Amino acid sequence: MRIMSKMLRKPGADCAPVLLLIAIALLALFSLTLGRYPVPFADVARIVFTTFPINAVGDYENAPWVVVEIVRMPRVLLVTLCGMGLAMSGAAMQGVFRNPLVGPEIAGVSSGAALGGVAAIMLSWPPLAIVGLAFGSGLAALAAAFALARLTGRASTLALVLSGVIVGGFCGSLVGLLQTLADPTVKLPSIVYWLLGSFAGATYEKVAIVAGVTLFAGTALVALRWRINLLSLGQTDAKALGVNVEALRWGLMGLVALLVAAQVSVSGGVGWVGLIVPHLARMLVGPEHTRLLPTSAYLGGIYLLAMDDIARSATEQEIPIGLLTSAVGAPIFAFLFWKTQSKGWMRE
Amino acid sequence: MSEPAISLTNLGYFYRPNQWVLRHCDTRVARGSVFALLGPNGRGKTTLLHLLIGALKPCEGGLSVNGRIAFVPQLFEVTFDYTALDMALMGRARKIGLFSQPSRDDEEAALAALDRFGMADYAQRPFGELSGGQRQLIIFARVLVAEADILVLDEPTSALDLENQSLVLERISSLARNDRLTIVMTTHHPHHALAVADDALLMRGQGDYLFGRAREILTEDNLCSLYRAPLKRIAFEHEGREIETIAPILTPTQMARHHSQETIGAE
Repeated sequence: MRIMSKMLRKPGADCAPVLLLIAIALLALFSLTLGRYPVPFADVARIVFTTFPINAVGDYENAPWVVVEIVRMPRVLLVTLCGMGLAMSGAAMQGVFRNPLVGPEIAGVSSGAALGGVAAIMLSWPPLAIVGLAFGSGLAALAAAFALARLTGRASTLALVLSGVIVGGFCGSLVGLLQTLADPTVKLPSIVYWLLGSFAGATYEKVAIVAGVTLFAGTALVALRWRINLLSLGQTDAKALGVNVEALRWGLMGLVALLVAAQVSVSGGVGWVGLIVPHLARMLVGPEHTRLLPTSAYLGGIYLLAMDDIARSATEQEIPIGLLTSAVGAPIFAFLFWKTQSKGWMRE
Repeated sequence: MSEPAISLTNLGYFYRPNQWVLRHCDTRVARGSVFALLGPNGRGKTTLLHLLIGALKPCEGGLSVNGRIAFVPQLFEVTFDYTALDMALMGRARKIGLFSQPSRDDEEAALAALDRFGMADYAQRPFGELSGGQRQLIIFARVLVAEADILVLDEPTSALDLENQSLVLERISSLARNDRLTIVMTTHHPHHALAVADDALLMRGQGDYLFGRAREILTEDNLCSLYRAPLKRIAFEHEGREIETIAPILTPTQMARHHSQETIGAE
């Protein structure tokens, strides 16, 4: 029996994480070569492996070092972390809601964070304060959605989805209102640009915020990943198996909200990543969440890095990454829809 | 007699105030026995099951359940197509810590349980691709993995073909005899109840319940008045064994009328 259980594992499932990690590392190094100032791959590799990345101290006279470590490195790190967080959140949310068509944005967190960010830009707050207010209001939106859902008496999944729609719609209208009130020459362009989503203003401070949140919430999410299998069976069955359904569901959603709020606060609206990447991961390792969550995280990092590379190098002027992820995400999703709907995830 | 696995005292439930679905229900289910719930639709069979597993709370009276309950819904559908092994493994939820993942031991316990039901070869097959009967067996394996004492089944044979019906009934019987599990099942097939159940409860209407030994209360009279359809209880010998079964009587006039309607419909 012992030998059997080892044999039974899918051959791809065990080596996929390792290959994906190598792919992330290579893609990150390649991303560091992209940009106006040419730095060859070999130089990038040498600079990266001789500098401690978190607290970059080095030769500020040396242009390639500054470009790689001060300009490009924070952006690459930020993109990777956000991609991982979003994809992991999406995979968790799809499990919690037993629905592969939901994204991490479902509970109104993104809209709340957007409102906070726009308000902070209106108030001419410094960049870090924008991040802080966006993060705070994202969590406030989640709290509001939770409270609304509680009003229905039983905190069902459907109640929360509807509450998320209400909160999201309300925040969206306030964002619109602020935009019409904004000074059209100075404030409006920066609001619009921020809302479209971009990693252009990446700094090590932002990296620290996202890394801290991702380390905490991401680790907790990964630790809880087997429990998502149980939740995805549905309330009655999960309860009968001894799962504290309510507590687990709220806990997971809180962690997802942290990850999403962190991402929106540093880079504005980046949609579709959390929706699509879990599907790609499912094609690779199957639907089981102990394998799905890590794989989604790695794939999310790769996907968003690739998108960001295109965003900053495809045209003369940078394309907002939010536009790119939607423009690329929608057709990919349409393809997945066509490809997988016969395989059962549309089943009622 | 030892303490019963389940006892209901004056149990009542309504979904809307004073529209009782279930009322004045008293029953005791002995440990290690198979207990069948019979009755037409809308008499509260499923409500009673949901009360037993704790998904609903009684509005009146009380119930005591001594042991760990596992529930097997009528048709087990999954949103995500986990493998049979992953499904069986979920029975270990109580043993695996909140922040932990299943270990090799857990996996082997699940495989051993699948093996008990002859499903070890299907361990890596997607659950959704299995037949209804095979799915039931996987869920039975999960019950063993969960080390439950009481198994609650909602119409375990309703979605199955004849071969799988007898397979599932045989396993139900074996779980009670060999594993000393207490089994509560609803069914629309009185002959299934007669074949496997020790005790039965006929749900005739609110406050009108007949409880007793299955062989004694599954009589022609009781069943005919319960279902308002003619039935015959038949005994015969098969391979040296005395077999008793219940068959519905489809009268020639009914069949002829049915047939002529079909012919008219075709024209």
